[in-house]
Amino acid sequence: MIEQKTDSSATVTAEGSSAPPQTPAEVRSATAPPPMNKYRPSPRVVLRAVIKHVVMVASALLMIYPLLWMIVSSLRPTDVIFREPGLFLTTFEWANYEQGWNALSHPFSHFLMNSAIVVFGCILGNLISCSLAAYAFARLDFRFKKIMFGLMLMTIMLPIHVIIVPQYIMFSQIGWVNTFLPIIIPKLLATDAFFIFLMVQFIRGIPKDMDEAARIDGAGHARIFLQVILPLMVPALATTAIFTFIWTWSDFFTSLIYLTDPSMYTVPVALRAFIDATGESNWGSLFAMSIVTLLPVFLAFLLGQKFLVKGIATTGIK
Amino acid sequence: MQNLSKVKGGKRQYKDNKAGHIFLLPWTIGLFAITLGPMAMSLYLSFTNYNLLQAPEWIGGANFVRMFQDDRLINSLQVTFTYVLVGVPLQLIVALLIALLLDRGMRGLAFYRSVFYLPSMLGSSVAIAVLWKQLFGTSGLVNQVLAMFGIEGMGWISNPDTALSTLILLHVWTFGSPMVIFLAGLRQIPAMYYEAASIDGATRLRKFVSITLPLLSPIIFFNLVLQIIGAFQNFTQAFIVSNGTGGPADSTMFFTLYLYQQGFKGFDMGYASAMAWLLVMIVGAFTAVNFLASKYWVFYDD
Repeated sequence: MIEQKTDSSATVTAEGSSAPPQTPAEVRSATAPPPMNKYRPSPRVVLRAVIKHVVMVASALLMIYPLLWMIVSSLRPTDVIFREPGLFLTTFEWANYEQGWNALSHPFSHFLMNSAIVVFGCILGNLISCSLAAYAFARLDFRFKKIMFGLMLMTIMLPIHVIIVPQYIMFSQIGWVNTFLPIIIPKLLATDAFFIFLMVQFIRGIPKDMDEAARIDGAGHARIFLQVILPLMVPALATTAIFTFIWTWSDFFTSLIYLTDPSMYTVPVALRAFIDATGESNWGSLFAMSIVTLLPVFLAFLLGQKFLVKGIATTGIK
Repeated sequence: MQNLSKVKGGKRQYKDNKAGHIFLLPWTIGLFAITLGPMAMSLYLSFTNYNLLQAPEWIGGANFVRMFQDDRLINSLQVTFTYVLVGVPLQLIVALLIALLLDRGMRGLAFYRSVFYLPSMLGSSVAIAVLWKQLFGTSGLVNQVLAMFGIEGMGWISNPDTALSTLILLHVWTFGSPMVIFLAGLRQIPAMYYEAASIDGATRLRKFVSITLPLLSPIIFFNLVLQIIGAFQNFTQAFIVSNGTGGPADSTMFFTLYLYQQGFKGFDMGYASAMAWLLVMIVGAFTAVNFLASKYWVFYDD
C-alpha cells in the first residue's frame, strides 16, 4: 500500500511535467504528502520512484524516437529531413506517399495485395497443420512419438540456410519459382515447428477430463479435436496467427529468393526494389513507403499485444 | 484414463497409433519433403560443384578446404562472431536491466512494456533497416543531434570501422522479446525470499546476486540459447544497410549474406551448401557448449 502511494505521486511528477530531472529538494517539496498522513513515504522512497520513472520515460522515448521521427519525416520534403531532428511538422507533405506509391512498375497496392495473399495462406497453413500435429503430440500415444517429438524440437533450431539451396532447386524444378507456393506450402506442412511447440504446451494445460469425457461418450479423435480441444485453444491459435502475420509480412529472405518477378513482389522485396529504383536521394518517399509496410505490423501488434506477450513469455519465440 | 485403457486394451492402442499418424501426416510429409530431404541433398551438394545448369560434379571435400582459404569467408565469420558475441550479451543485459526496473508494482507497466517490445516486432523488417541506414548516414538523425551539441558526426554506416557497431546497436534495440521473457521469469520468484533477505539485512545488490540471479538463471540460459541461434542467422539488416554488398569493405558481410551471394548471385550451389553446413555446425556447437556450461551456472529449483 505504501508502495502504491509512492508510485502514483511519482508518476505525476515524472510523466506530467516531462521536464528534465528536478533537484532532489524540489521533488521532495513537490510530492511529499501532508504531514498528517500516517503512511507518509520517506523522501528516499519517493526520490527513488521519481528517478526510476524519469529513467523509464527517457529510455522509452529514446526507444521510439526513431520511429516517430520516421513517421514525421515521411510527411516532410526530402531536403527538410536532412536538417530537422525534431518532431514538429509545419506542413503535411502527402506528395511523398503519392510519389512512392507509383514509383515502381506496379502501384504499391499491388504489392500489398501480394503480401496479403501470402500472409493469409501462411496463417491458414500454420493454423491447420500445427494444431493437428500439436493434438497428436499432446494427447495421443503412438509409435515413434518420442523420436518424432525430438525431431520436431530440433527443427526449431535448424537454420533455414541449410535447406534453402536444395529447396530452391526442388521448387524451381517443379516450376514454383515466382509463385507464392514455395512460401505457403511449407506452412501447410507444419514446418514452423515452434507453433507446434506452443500449441502442445497450451493443450497440455487443458484438463484431460474434458476429452476423456467426450471419449467415453463415444467421440472419435476427429470430434474431440474439432469440438473439444480446438475451441479451447483459441488463445494459442490467435498467438500463432498474429506471429505468423508479423513474421510473414516482414519476411525478406525467402521472398527475395523465390519472388524475382516484379509482379510477384511482396512488400519487403518491393521496398528494396524501391531503394534500387530511386536511389537514396528520395528519403521522403522511401520513408513514406516504409511506413506503409510497417503499418499492418503495427496494427497487428496493437490488436494482438495481449496474445503476443503471453505467447512470448511462455515459449520465448520472438 | 487408466480404466479406459484397461477396458479397451489393445484395440485402443491400435486406434491411437493410427490416429496419431493421421494427425501428424502433414508434419511428417513436411519433415521429409521440406526438411530432412533437402538436408540430405544439401549435404550431398556440399561435396559437389553445382551451378544449377550442369549436373552436380563430385569434388569431395574441396569446398570445405576452399572455405579455409577464402579470406572473405573468414572475414564474414569474424563479422558474425563479433555481432553475436557483442550484440547478444549487450541485448540481454539491457533486457534484464529494464525488466528489473519494470518489475513489481510499477505504474504504467503495460505501457512501458509495449513501447520496449514494439521494436523487436518491427526490428527484422526492411523498413527498419532503411530507417537505420538513414539514422546513421552522413546527414542522418544521429549526426543532426550531435551537431546540436557542436559535435561533428561521421558517416557511421559508410565507415568500415563503425558500420558493424550500428548493426549491433540495432540488435540491442530489439531487446523487447527477451525482456518480456525476463519479466515473466521475475514474476515467478516468490516475494517471501526477498522479504526474508530484508529481515536478515541484505542489501539490494546482495539480494540481486543471491536471489534474483540464481532463480532467474534458467531464463537467462533460455534467452541466451535462443538469441544466439537467432543472431547467427541475421540477414535482412546487413543486406539492406549495405545494399546487398556487405560493405563498406566487407565490414557488414555477415556469414548468411556471403552464403546468399555465393549461392543465389554466383550460383555456386555446392559451395553455398558447404557454407550452410558450416553454419549448422557452428550454431550446433554454440548450443552444445551452452548446454554443457549451463550445468555450472544454471540453477534449477527442484
